Amino acid sequence: MKQFLVFIRKEYYHISRDTWTMVILLLLPIVMLVLFGFMMSTEVKNTKFAIYDPSRDVATQGITNKLAMSTYFSFSGYLDSPDQIEKVFRSGDIGLVVVFGERMYESMMHTGDAQLQLVADGSDPNTASTLTMYATSMIVQYQQELTGDLKIPYRITPEVKFLYNPTLKGSYNFVPGVMGMILMLICAMMTSVSIAREKELGTMEVLLVSPMRPVQIILSKVVPYFFISVINLATILLVSVFVLGMPINGSLCLLIFLSLLFIFVSLALGLLISSAVDKQMVALLVSALVLILPVMMLSGMMFPIENMPAVLRWLSELIPAKWYMIAIKKIMIQGLGFSSVIKEVAVLSAMALLLITASIKRFKYRLE
Amino acid sequence: MKQSLPTDIVLSAENLTKKFGSFTAVDSISFEVRKGEIFGFLGANGAGKTTAMRMLTGLSNASSGKGTVAGYDINTQSEQIKKTIGYMSQKFALYDDLKVWENIRLFAGIYGVPAKEIAPRTDRLLRQLDFEKERNTLVKSLPLGWKQKLAFSVAIFHEPSIVFLDEPTGGVDPAARRTFWEMIYQAADRGITVFVTTHYMDEAEYCNRVSIMVDGKIEALDTPGNLKKQFNAQSMDEVFHQLARKSTRKAD
Repeated sequence: MKQFLVFIRKEYYHISRDTWTMVILLLLPIVMLVLFGFMMSTEVKNTKFAIYDPSRDVATQGITNKLAMSTYFSFSGYLDSPDQIEKVFRSGDIGLVVVFGERMYESMMHTGDAQLQLVADGSDPNTASTLTMYATSMIVQYQQELTGDLKIPYRITPEVKFLYNPTLKGSYNFVPGVMGMILMLICAMMTSVSIAREKELGTMEVLLVSPMRPVQIILSKVVPYFFISVINLATILLVSVFVLGMPINGSLCLLIFLSLLFIFVSLALGLLISSAVDKQMVALLVSALVLILPVMMLSGMMFPIENMPAVLRWLSELIPAKWYMIAIKKIMIQGLGFSSVIKEVAVLSAMALLLITASIKRFKYRLE
Repeated sequence: MKQSLPTDIVLSAENLTKKFGSFTAVDSISFEVRKGEIFGFLGANGAGKTTAMRMLTGLSNASSGKGTVAGYDINTQSEQIKKTIGYMSQKFALYDDLKVWENIRLFAGIYGVPAKEIAPRTDRLLRQLDFEKERNTLVKSLPLGWKQKLAFSVAIFHEPSIVFLDEPTGGVDPAARRTFWEMIYQAADRGITVFVTTHYMDEAEYCNRVSIMVDGKIEALDTPGNLKKQFNAQSMDEVFHQLARKSTRKAD
């Protein structure tokens, strides 16, 4: 035990004397969170739209006003002919063009075959579908207002309500993702680089000849980085709640428990990486490549897992960050309790156990 | 050698062998090292020196054969062995970003030197080395020769019964090598057995006895003087080259 403490103090010296690493470790989470916070936003705000309006009557005017008044869109101007549609998209600052049919009001009220076309820039499908969705719902709304007093009995208008995130805030989706990514990245990278460094400098050999057991060496590497990760977790949560407006609807204790579990999984993954590589640079690259990409692509942070091909869906089950994200979304946003995250806790615990056993085994094996 | 008491023997190997698949890295070597002796363990790269040393220090298991270090069996008691030996690698592996005294305390702690003794012994050591001014210096700003002296002092700080030095003088200038060997002699005088591998044949002359490994076998083992007579050579360098010529194994 005394050996263990002596060794932890040594790790503390290493970390505290490496000022730049220290700064990066403590600031990176904040910078990443803020960057992602403002870059990855899928919210639509003040998108410019143009109108091609051959009818110019009450109905088209009403719809145009409704769109222009909303916070999502701002009116940019009228087009003179349909040929101009492509031109305005090419110029780049227009997100949506609304093309009205002829004699809108008349056909709406009498013949019932009013025609309207929404044209959006499909090269960015996510934004395009969000834009058309918003516009459609506003047009339907207008129609309702217009015909409201007529009480047409056979029309069904669904009222869409987004549970847990009524205003469709982007941060609700990406904050859990970024939390998972940052914790995974920092924990795994820090441990793997620090062990690889001992190997590179030759100090590992000296430690292995010493009476310290491999398990002690491994665990005393984990402890200090565990503390740093806890600090990171605290800053991430503070930034998420106070800067990005993320709610914590469920139990904070449960959230912290899950995060600690996830940190442990990440540290174990870092140990496994470091048992396979001997150079700091390789450790760095491997953790960056093996961790960042799959976490971004397959954790559901950027792309919905439900839409992936079966193979990728199956692969995503292996990503610890995915389980962590699912669980903390349940806790933070839906405010659910422990009983609803049992599955995620079980999966993460199993992963932690598996990874730590594998890395200790491998570590011993390499002594041969 | 036969007459010496068994308790006098600090290290012994009996038909010690290490195989990696079909390749025999160390081929049935047998030798004994006595207390307070400076034992030179020589051989070209790839001759099996490092593998033999790894078996003796408990880093690797022997494929067959027996060995003892400080009275403990290398096959079954490697944990006890680790507590009674010192080790210095060719990279003078101290921690660069730790201060001189922090390095000393770290390794003293790892080897279980009682906490009360660490401070007075550190003071004494720094005085002996004339290092008192450098107590709070980071190791990375010390010159190489100083690092090496410090690394050796750290390796014997816990008064091991035997210290293993793996090419301790690589890359160090001749003057620093001389003072380093003076330290080795002092340690041997205090009863610490020294097991040293080296590339420098002039250093082999400083050893009490020398073994030369060729292709996994010990081809010669005696005092430097006797070896020179036996091979009718002027220097250990010549002895070494006569033996090394027999090698059929490529250096790795």
